[in-house]
Amino acid sequence: MSNLSSSPADRRDIVALEGVTKRFPGIVANDSVDLSIRPGEVHVLLGENGAGKSTLIGMLSGLQQPDEGRILVDGKPMPITSPRHALALGIGTVFQHMMLVPTLTVAENLLLGGPWWQRPKTEELEARVAEITSSLGITVKLHAKVSELSLGEQQQVEILRAMVRNSRLLILDESTSMLTPKGIEELGALMRRLVEQGLAIVFITHKLKEAAAFGDRISVLKLGRKVGEIPPERFRALGEQEIISEIVELMFGQQKGDPEAVERPARAVQAEAAPLLRVVDLAVAPTDNAPGLSSISFDIRPGEILGIAGIDGNGQKQLAEALAGQRAATGGSVRLEDTPIEALSVGERRQRGLRYLTDDRLGEGTVGTFPVSINFFLKQVGAAPFWRGGVEQRAEIDRRASELVREYDVRTPSLKTPVARLSGGNIQKVLLARELAEGAKVVIFNKPTYGLDLANTLASRQRIRDTAARGLAVLLISTDLEELLSMCHRIAVIANGSLVGTVANTDDARTRVGRLMIGLAA
Amino acid sequence: MSIDTAPTVSATSLDATSSAATRRDILRRLLMTLGPILVALVIAGCILLAVGVDPLAYYGYVLEKGLLSPLGIQQTLTRMAPLLFLAAGLIVAFRAGMWNLGGDGQFLLGAVTAAASAPVLVQILPAWLALVCSFLIAMAVAMIWSLVPALLRAYQGVNEIITTLMMTFLGTSLANVLVKLVFRDPGTTVPQTRTLPVEDRLPRLFDTTITSGLLLGLAAIIIVHLVMTRTAFGLKLRIVGANPRAAVHAGLGVPGLTIAVFAISAGLAGLAGAVDIIGVQGNVRADWNPAYGLAVIPAVFLARMNGFAAIGFVFLLSVLSIGGESAARRLGVPNHFTLVLVSIVLIVLALAEYVDHRYNQSRKA
Repeated sequence: MSNLSSSPADRRDIVALEGVTKRFPGIVANDSVDLSIRPGEVHVLLGENGAGKSTLIGMLSGLQQPDEGRILVDGKPMPITSPRHALALGIGTVFQHMMLVPTLTVAENLLLGGPWWQRPKTEELEARVAEITSSLGITVKLHAKVSELSLGEQQQVEILRAMVRNSRLLILDESTSMLTPKGIEELGALMRRLVEQGLAIVFITHKLKEAAAFGDRISVLKLGRKVGEIPPERFRALGEQEIISEIVELMFGQQKGDPEAVERPARAVQAEAAPLLRVVDLAVAPTDNAPGLSSISFDIRPGEILGIAGIDGNGQKQLAEALAGQRAATGGSVRLEDTPIEALSVGERRQRGLRYLTDDRLGEGTVGTFPVSINFFLKQVGAAPFWRGGVEQRAEIDRRASELVREYDVRTPSLKTPVARLSGGNIQKVLLARELAEGAKVVIFNKPTYGLDLANTLASRQRIRDTAARGLAVLLISTDLEELLSMCHRIAVIANGSLVGTVANTDDARTRVGRLMIGLAA
Repeated sequence: MSIDTAPTVSATSLDATSSAATRRDILRRLLMTLGPILVALVIAGCILLAVGVDPLAYYGYVLEKGLLSPLGIQQTLTRMAPLLFLAAGLIVAFRAGMWNLGGDGQFLLGAVTAAASAPVLVQILPAWLALVCSFLIAMAVAMIWSLVPALLRAYQGVNEIITTLMMTFLGTSLANVLVKLVFRDPGTTVPQTRTLPVEDRLPRLFDTTITSGLLLGLAAIIIVHLVMTRTAFGLKLRIVGANPRAAVHAGLGVPGLTIAVFAISAGLAGLAGAVDIIGVQGNVRADWNPAYGLAVIPAVFLARMNGFAAIGFVFLLSVLSIGGESAARRLGVPNHFTLVLVSIVLIVLALAEYVDHRYNQSRKA
């Protein structure tokens, strides 16, 4: 371990990010993020899904290149051009999903990637591994097949692989997500021993407890921006509970001078009005990669905005899809204006006035290669007056499309422009126009401002408020607590696929929702 | 690729510049298509030189026999009839994002059922009705043959490239078995089906040897093109092809549409077989497999799944295959050199596309 010789006292940054920005079509994944990674520290990157953690890791491990800003290695600007280059710089990454070949032995896996013209140097490897494992106090069965190891053991092999390659910086991407509680504890101890040897570790997680238990320094990411950092001095001064509450404040709290902060809706909802949408005991079976839903019940009255808060990935998308009819429900009833609609298809539910504005604008909301004009009518294909006898009425489509472009202020070069060429905000306007078109009664908004810039965020929120003011019932699913507090009449919190509580949006709603979100009673 | 022949829309003032842009786009497309074909001809010429054949003589024979001689052009146009039906079937499937590579199996089964039914039906029905019936039977059999890959894809998500290719092996074998064991003409010693008398076949056009199947093929591909670009049904298929998740989100019945796509695609392949038998061949000999289905795939790709462009490329393919057969005989080049030529064209075209894409990317950056 020749280049681990830097003493713990040497606290210069191994790697630093300066104003790094990365954009994907329609989304700003990282917005001028600064980060300094130092030897002898576990630097925790904390944030929800979609906060931009994975993109940041992608740039550090050479998979992606920043659009703006720069990465410094040992104080010198250094574009990391490929994963191979990252390894050569001493940056080793253990990805969320195991990257070992299950049919090969541990030793064979560790030897992968060597020069192809040489015989693998097995003896040399065994000596290296013995040296590393004894100093870390772990045992690794070099000749066992990877498929026979537990997930925790596989992870140790991946860490070992990074060490064998002389990594100075180890990135652990959501490494605890597949481990047992005991495995998590062991990983924490291992990380501690590694940093004691002078290594730098970047530990990515969305679990607050782990961040507080294992970290030396915590950076909190939120919607691509770094919203706060707890440096080691401060970290040591605080107890675990204080750290957690400080993180909660950073993740969900109100920031000073936040232009997004808007007064809570003043408009009162008529309490005696009959609910437009009534959901009783809705249940969905879990799938391999998505949680199920159980006993979801709520109702929304005309003019009301009901918010669904919660950490991402707790069943929000399943809820939206089950209501829209895209995902089969295993039980419960959904009534629109007192008519049961749970047996109807997606198209029939839309016809009755239930609209679903998806959060996946390009993945399922639009057909990227199709022109803007057609994307307005994607959910009405074959319907008059745009199609007559099944034949496309191009003039009619273009007339209505240009009306919608004007009405919703869609900035597009022409109606024939493929919709994927528009910015995220303008694609969202196309979707808003499509879902709010005539006949809407209940609208489900799933993360409507995700990845949008400030102007478009504010415009979208105003559009949603106007929707409710017209007397429609609105279900607003969002992971941005600020957004929910500024818009909703009531906020329900979803965790593990069920609603754990509903609070009226009054003065203490922020704390009560926050407590529900981290698993405490309101 | 959505609305490629769209007339200029003047719905908003923003569109004012788009007609010039459209013209430049068409010009660029033309260059991007014809340029690679010329390059491919040069490369193929070099291969011919390497095996000691004068490429100019080869291309000369191809042109003369396939295009310029009166007999040759008539053969070329006749050959186009089944190819157009197959191309139409592929356009439907490919635009819907389903890679039906089982055209040959569907074609042969259509051909055998047409060959088996037509000679019997003409004896009991009026000639025109008999032919219509055997067309329909051929279509239905090919449709049923596509049901296995269609159902697997629609409800189990099994990759249709594998299943359709496998079904083609089964289909060609089954067609052979049918010819040798079930529909064999007892009157001859060679294993083949009964022969449809020349006077009962599809009429020839005017005083030529060109089959009227050509007109049917042209009609089929134009109708397919219009359905795919101008109707709600075609748009639904294109949504499924371009973004299946958007299709689910928009509430389209994706499994039903999948089965419809396979049925239409296979039905058109079956009709291709029928039109070749009822129009030209008259019977099916054992082990007969012209493998038109695979040859048409590059043509459809080169045409970027546009029906009108496909007519042009099918014509080119036809010229190459008729002319190539004759040139091969005269110059001692293997018959399959036509396929070599077509594949070189396709590879060069793909390379050109890649280079063009990289060029556009670097210009944007």
